[in-house]
This record gives sequence, structure tokens and C-alpha cells, in this order.
Amino acid sequence: MADPRVARGGATLTLTPDGAAGLEIFYLEAIRQALFEEMERDPRVFVLGQDVGVYGGAFKVTEGLQERFGKERVLDTPLSEEAIVGGAIGAAMRGMRPVAEMQFIDFISRAFDLLTNFAAKNRYRTGVGVPMVVRGPCGGGVHGGPFHSQNRRSGADLTIVTYGAMVWTALEAAEILERDGVSAEVLDLRTLLPLDEEAILASVRRTGKCLVLHEDTRTGGLGAEIAATLSEKAFEWLDGPILRVTAPDTPVPYSPPLEEAFLPNVNTLLAAARKLVRY
Amino acid sequence: VPVVSGMLLADRMQGKHTVGMTYLGDGGTSVGAFHEGINFAAVQKLPLVLILEFNGRAYSTPYEKQCAARTLADKAVGYGIPGVVVDGNDALMVYEVARAAVDRARAGGGPTILECKTYRMKGHAEHDAQAYVDAEELAVWRARDPLARLEAALDASGAMPAAERRRVHDEIESRLDEDVAFAEASPFPDPALAFRGVYADEGILERGRAGVFTGGL
Repeated sequence: MADPRVARGGATLTLTPDGAAGLEIFYLEAIRQALFEEMERDPRVFVLGQDVGVYGGAFKVTEGLQERFGKERVLDTPLSEEAIVGGAIGAAMRGMRPVAEMQFIDFISRAFDLLTNFAAKNRYRTGVGVPMVVRGPCGGGVHGGPFHSQNRRSGADLTIVTYGAMVWTALEAAEILERDGVSAEVLDLRTLLPLDEEAILASVRRTGKCLVLHEDTRTGGLGAEIAATLSEKAFEWLDGPILRVTAPDTPVPYSPPLEEAFLPNVNTLLAAARKLVRY
Repeated sequence: VPVVSGMLLADRMQGKHTVGMTYLGDGGTSVGAFHEGINFAAVQKLPLVLILEFNGRAYSTPYEKQCAARTLADKAVGYGIPGVVVDGNDALMVYEVARAAVDRARAGGGPTILECKTYRMKGHAEHDAQAYVDAEELAVWRARDPLARLEAALDASGAMPAAERRRVHDEIESRLDEDVAFAEASPFPDPALAFRGVYADEGILERGRAGVFTGGL
């Protein structure tokens, strides 16, 4: 029987809860590993989505899971996000712990009504919670590489707060800045909710300057939320404006040169960082 | 419909033999979730009985502006499941047909769409005087009152004497009166409850990163 656990270079690696340090794996492998462990541990956990079974998911996150756990616990659904999310909601309310896969996270908007008006509010309305996970891949471009769980770089002159694939852009920019004698700290948020507010505040209180970098569009984005929080809680430590480097308020373009222009990159980041350092 | 399908899926995984029954009006069948949910239930052969209460209207919108199908039950063909039309004001008939659908679901036959033809005697809600409804049509349907028909059937069969029906009726009325009195005597809830029941960690808003109550100062 195929073992879906993390396999790199022919070797199978088994992560331990605290033993992950030093092991570099892809995000999708970490997700597969987590699914595997939870499905082994808890018979209530099951996966449902499009092509998650024999095919192993569009990005191979669920590869090998159906072979291991069977067709019911790794359930292929119709092309139907409302059925996937609605089915997960119903199953969660009846004692299961579903993990619903959106083949691309963009498709999640097809189930917006069920997520916002049902899953998110049911506990408030009726006292019955909906313990479920909805997951899917997101992010533009091909700049993203493997992530290490502790991507972080210390610095004294400014803080770059970011997450996801932009961590690599930030680290690259920080190396270039270092050659210019500018010491940039890179903070990888890793999760947006919960937001590690303490880490952001601690870093900005040390450096006095903050730049938020994200792939998401600008208006009403997480950058604005972080800027508002810093303004509320670190105002007296700030030595310059809080800057945002983000995508513009447009859809993601398809053509490669257009997408390159859409996404923040090292050059746009460097320009903003230098401006902030000079301030 | 998709949520009930998920519930039935969960019960099947847990070895429980549940049959699910859920209700929609004519308007509800125009929503995408109806299609996605019933299609999913049909593919999975889930034990679902979907009751479509056809009352001719969704709020003020008449059926002919809602759906071009001859009947709502016709939709079943597209999902590969049975669709049955029944006189929704004939309680005994509805029972028989629903019973057959439940038996079928229990035996592993999958979902059934059951369309009950009925009528909406009052507006969409209390504020709606339904001036858009034809008075003559309303009178025709008033004569088809399902309660009166059931009572007549009970009289004809002798299954439930009139005195016994009166007793049940009075009992229900007095229970309703008690509940209304209880509700009216109850105080309004504490405003602090508005912030409860959202997160598993109940204190998160007060301690919250956004400092909801203090603006962070």
C-alpha cells in the first residue's frame, strides 16, 4: 500500500509534532502530511472535493490518501462548490470533521453564500458550530518556491511584514539592502487570522519603520489593517509613514508580462524601502 | 439541500440509518444550491426526500416568471431520480407518497423529489397583504382547505371522533397561549450577548487584537 506521507528523494520522512525543525518541505507536502496524520488519528476527519480521489487533487495534495483511507473518506464530488461546502457544513454539524478542497481558491466565491451566511454564522444564530476546514491553493505568478516554516530575518532599520510567496521577494530585497548598509527585518506572518500582532508590534517598536508587502490588492487589504493597528498601538515608536507594497486594485491578469506588472516585485519593494529608510 | 446532503453523508459514514427530509418553495428551486445539492445527493444515492411546496408564488413572483418547466417535479429527470406530483392539500395522500419516498430512500434507492401542489392563503409575511393575488382564486383554494378535508376524512373513517379532535385542538391552543405568555413576560436579552456565540474562544473579542471596545488605546 502506498504511503502518502512526505517523500523526498525516494526517502519517506515522518514528521513529529516538535521534530519538524530543520526539515525543509513544500507547503503541499506539509498539508498532505497533516491530512494523513489527522485522518489516521481521527476517523471523523475526511476529505471531499473535485478530483481528490484517484487523481490525488489538481496539485497532488491528496495523492495516495484515497488508496489509504478509501473512497468514502476521500470523496470525489461533482464540479460543484456549493455541494462541497454545503456538504461539509452538514457533515460537520452531524459530528464529522470535513476538510473541503477548493481546486483553486478563486472557486471559493461560488460557495460564498454558504460560507458567510451559514458556516460563519450558524453558531451565532443557533448555537451549533460548524467545525470544518476549507482549503485551496492561491497566489499568483511562478516566483513562489518551497517555504521553510521559520522564514525570518533580523534587522534594525525597517520591518518588512509579509506572508506567502512574497516572503522570498522580501528576503531577496533585504539582501540587496544589506549591501547598501540597510538592515531590514523580514517578518513572515504565516497565518493572517490569528494575526501575530505582538510580533509585528515588537519588531516595529525596535525598527521604527514598517513596510507591509502583500500579493493581495491594495484597498481594504491586510496591509491597511496592519497600518491601522500600528497607528493605534505603536504610534509613538514610528519614525516614518507605514508603507504598503501591494498589487493594484484590478483582477489578476492572465498574460505573463501583465501578471509580472501586477505582482509586487523586488524592484517595487526596494524603491519603497529606500524611500522609507531615507524618510 | 447541500447541507442536508452533507448531514446524510456524515450519518452514512457513521453507520446511522437516517432519512433526511427538507422543504423548499417554488422560488428555492431557482437557486444554484438546489441544483448542486440535489445533484450531489443523487450521485451519492443519499436517503433524501425533498419536499417542494408548490404554492404558485415566491413572494409576489408567479410561477410562470420563476420556472418554465411544466412542473417542479420535472426537474428530477435531469438528476436521474423520481419526481412525484401530489395534491398537497390532501394530507393522507401526501403521507402515502412521502412514505413511499422514505421507504425508497431507506432501501438505498436514493433521493426523491416530491412536489406538493398547494396555495399560500396569506401574504409572504405579516406585512404583505398580497394585493397581487386574485380574490377569486383565493376563494377557490379556501374551499380546498386541507384541515377541513382531513377532518372530513377522519369523520368518514371514524378514525378519530370529533370530541377527541376538540380535546387535541384545545390542548394545543392552551400550550400556545402559555408560550406566548412566557415570551411576553421574559426580559429582553443583555446587550453583552451580542458578542457571544461567535468564536469558540468567547473572550477573544474583549482581548482582541483590534481592541474592539477601546479603539486600541
